Amino acid sequence: MRITLNGEAREVTEGQSVASLLADLGVQAERVAVELNLKIVDRQTFTGTSLRDGDRVEVIGFIGGGRSDDDER
Amino acid sequence: MSDDRLTIAGIDFRSRLWVGTGKYKDFVETQKAIEASGAEVVTVAVRRVNITDRKSENLLDYISPKTYKILPNTAGCYNVEDALRYARLARAAGISDMVKLEVIGDEKTLFPDTAGLIEAAKILVKEGFIVFPYTNDDPIVAKRLVDVGCPAVMPLAAPIGSGLGIRNPYNLKILMEAVNVPVIVDAGVGTASDAALAMEYGADAVLMNSAIAGAKEPILMAEAMKYAVWAGRMAFKAGRIPRKLYATASSPIEGML
Repeated sequence: MRITLNGEAREVTEGQSVASLLADLGVQAERVAVELNLKIVDRQTFTGTSLRDGDRVEVIGFIGGGRSDDDER
Repeated sequence: MSDDRLTIAGIDFRSRLWVGTGKYKDFVETQKAIEASGAEVVTVAVRRVNITDRKSENLLDYISPKTYKILPNTAGCYNVEDALRYARLARAAGISDMVKLEVIGDEKTLFPDTAGLIEAAKILVKEGFIVFPYTNDDPIVAKRLVDVGCPAVMPLAAPIGSGLGIRNPYNLKILMEAVNVPVIVDAGVGTASDAALAMEYGADAVLMNSAIAGAKEPILMAEAMKYAVWAGRMAFKAGRIPRKLYATASSPIEGML
């Protein structure tokens, strides 16, 4: 099935969990926030939350930034 | 001066110099500069994680949340809705309830949209955030921000990244008198004397990024800023002499031949 991950299409296995997706991405779960269809996923439920076809997933973390001129937009 | 702590919303802050993490050459330089600055509060931006490069490093591996107080910002947000979304994501990332709230009004000046700022601050405070609002040097707006529950305000000294220094010291002074919460001067500092001046005027802290990261020698400038903030703070506490037009001799006349 196909989801949109950080704005890009991505094939994932049917019913894959958020935790498993993060592991596939090599992302440390404790350093990120995950938004699923515009709703924040509680980190306690990363393992129990399954993805569905067409889901829009955002994986967000912290980067260097001071103020509005400092990001690489 | 070591007991000269700044306390906001029950949190003790060791350093009155707060720094951003943008614009550095790499994470090593970021780390060294921040170490040299003696800063404890470090601002970070909230962005999509790089998922294409598994080897990409994480800023927090260099700036540990165990050592530093990480202050996520909503930089790049041009409306209330976006600012709320970024603030909530930042908190969900699990580092703290603090957020440096920016609702930017205009790309050219990066001046804050103060109406949107107050609106967003009100909502986030209700949700339990500790909101540090990046605002204009407008005393009335600062009062409104305090009214909606901000435990501090962060007025600009000049446009972000401009390095123009404190363009309106009188407004800043009025602002400091107008609110009964700590004032953190944010944006516009170009060099050490600007930071010292902000502290001499009575600011409780100064936040900067470009002035350090953009200097020819960022690590050296970071150290200069540390001393400037100290010097300014000490001078403020010591109380400067009044300005006079004519001379007053320092040496006594008595005993002269």
